[in-house]
Amino acid sequence: MEAMVTAYLLGKKCSVPATLTIMDAMEYAGFKLIRGVGCRNGFCGACAVIYRIKGSTELKVVLACQTKIEEGMCVGKIESFPLNKRSFNLEELKPTDNIIGQLYPEIYSCIGCNACTKGCPEGLNVMQYIAYAQRGEYEKCARESFDCVGCNICASRCQAQISHSAVGLLARRLTGRYLEPKCAHLEKRVAEVEQGLYREPLTKLKHTPLAELQQLYNNREIEK
Amino acid sequence: MSAYTEEMLKSIAKVESTRAARLHTEPKRFTAEEKDAVLKKFHPDYNEEAFTTLSIGPNKGDKVPKELGALLEGHSRLEKVQLDLQRLDYDVDVLIIGGGGAGASAALEAKKGGASVLVVTKLKMGYANTMMAEGGIQAADKANDSPAVHYLDALGGGHYKNIPDLLEELVENGPLAIKWLSDLGVLFDKQPDGTMVTTHGGGTSRKRMHACADCTGAEIMRVLRDEVQNQGIRVLDYAPAVELLLDEQGQAAGAVLYDYDAEEFLVVRAKTVIIATGGAGRLHYQGFPTSNHYGATADGLVLAYRAGAKLIYANSSQFHPTGVGFPAQIYGALVTEKVRSIGAQLVNSEGEAFMHPLETRDVATATIIRECTERGKGVKALDGVALWLDTPMIDQLHGEGTIATRIPGMLKMFGQFGIDLRKEPVLIYPTLHYQNGGILIDKDAETSIPGLFVAGEAVGGIHGTNRLMGNSLLDIIVFGRIAGTKAATKAKATKLAALSLAHVAKFAKALGDAGIKTEVVSPKLLPVYTHGRPGR
Repeated sequence: MEAMVTAYLLGKKCSVPATLTIMDAMEYAGFKLIRGVGCRNGFCGACAVIYRIKGSTELKVVLACQTKIEEGMCVGKIESFPLNKRSFNLEELKPTDNIIGQLYPEIYSCIGCNACTKGCPEGLNVMQYIAYAQRGEYEKCARESFDCVGCNICASRCQAQISHSAVGLLARRLTGRYLEPKCAHLEKRVAEVEQGLYREPLTKLKHTPLAELQQLYNNREIEK
Repeated sequence: MSAYTEEMLKSIAKVESTRAARLHTEPKRFTAEEKDAVLKKFHPDYNEEAFTTLSIGPNKGDKVPKELGALLEGHSRLEKVQLDLQRLDYDVDVLIIGGGGAGASAALEAKKGGASVLVVTKLKMGYANTMMAEGGIQAADKANDSPAVHYLDALGGGHYKNIPDLLEELVENGPLAIKWLSDLGVLFDKQPDGTMVTTHGGGTSRKRMHACADCTGAEIMRVLRDEVQNQGIRVLDYAPAVELLLDEQGQAAGAVLYDYDAEEFLVVRAKTVIIATGGAGRLHYQGFPTSNHYGATADGLVLAYRAGAKLIYANSSQFHPTGVGFPAQIYGALVTEKVRSIGAQLVNSEGEAFMHPLETRDVATATIIRECTERGKGVKALDGVALWLDTPMIDQLHGEGTIATRIPGMLKMFGQFGIDLRKEPVLIYPTLHYQNGGILIDKDAETSIPGLFVAGEAVGGIHGTNRLMGNSLLDIIVFGRIAGTKAATKAKATKLAALSLAHVAKFAKALGDAGIKTEVVSPKLLPVYTHGRPGR
């Protein structure tokens, strides 16, 4: 007999196998999931849930697809958090002039409570990357926020009403677009393609008989 | 306490005992004949019992997986619905069905082309396979490489079945796709001088795999989604398409959606339509687990087939050789190929490295199944058997910290279930990963139905019957952009006649005429899971 636990899923008392994730436990209990489920692999941030163990005061926020169900879990859902993302034209932005501070001035209202970091299911140091953004250190902000899945649990707990994931994303885009060193071999190859330099070799390959293609493939040099 | 069972730990001891000797050796690669032999005997695509022959439609007589066949020859969700097609809920130039990487790329280009754009998705934009792609994106942008070399790699890997015109578009546009993404602010791994950090993938002859740590797809997807929002493109969530609309001349003219919240059907008129609905992993062919997102149910193939578009290689699926085999919570999730790219070997229960870790995905899958079945050298795990991926080799080869910087996602995924892959190997088994086949398009991404375009995993033919790692992130960008551009251009010159669902009625009649009796209603939209809940 499988070990079972009792959990309270959206307020409903359910007995579910102890090996399941919270998401699977909901399905076992009969919930037909449409909202609050996405990749089921911990990448997309769709399935943030909030829970406490019955009787405990402590609230925890986790991804339902990545977390095992436990005895006494009382689970509620966080779906579609109203993030306050600002629109911008990346081509017209500069990674200077405190641009993130201009677009997201609320980052300066951070009171340092660290609730964002404590809530992050990815274990990111959220408050730290907001601090980097405040100081205009966008590359550091980009690296520190890189593993963000956009579940917005941090934003749901923030006294200063910061939209953390949007701040991190802007820092990453500024870094990728402007602060990272330019890639010379990419620029060169793009120019070559645009000049049509590869048209002829590709056309030739397209019209090469199968037996010859197999020869070429089976004897091709493989970079070490 | 280890997360592994006692039996597993005994096998790990054998793996550890052979590790030092294996560390600097490279198992021999298979010859072409050896590859053919193992594929025919052990690859799931060759399991004849798992396929059915289509009785109606453009691919009548072709074999497809049974689960897909049932949906292709299923009943329309609109069969008993009275719809007023003159009452439009949306009227746009370009309708894009699907909110993954291909749909988002198409949306950006269609908008740039001056079209009014509507993106509709079954879940939300970004809850998609793109988000989960870990390994990287191929493009021939280095001095020792060229689009022609890339072409040959993909062609041989695809068993020479790739459609030449489509493959040419893919490889020639590769460097342009990387540039486009870089300019949008995607953070690729680079050396201090700006040189891209690139690695091999299974079947590549040059190191052309670009990456953003081990969440390349997520990085690309969140940037594309952010830009779609910046551009103010309208996105309708939780509104999957259930049928395409044609006009009375037979050209694509929109779609009927099902609004999950209102539980109502919506009518969208569009001058051109792009299908970007992705793959079919959640159909669980032959009972395999899948690495795919919740909504991967081949909806686009069903819609297009019913409207008269032809499919190609719909009998060909890619099983990713290294899905998670243990523990249960992440069963079937992906262990990125990058783990093998940077040095981990595939090892059996006896501690033997039984194959080169970078054979193409289909060959690797078949060889793993052979090792577990015929050769009996699997490790007992969950309901079946699995094999080791010897991850501690990576840090031993490249220095401590390599795992933490190059595959942090993997470290974390296993870490939360008590497995430290720096110290212990991990168990893997093939998982249903990718739909090699799909809807047939030309090099402009257009189908045989005028005004109907397709991009991304729903397309068939680009990759032949086996896709190389890193070529799907590339194809969603390349063909997403082509589809968006061409659909916007075509929309300008399109005058629609009255909307029609006659093709749906015609298909239903063909179903009846062929004597097919089925309860199946399609598209499937979402899978149903009960995780062993006892029935009544």
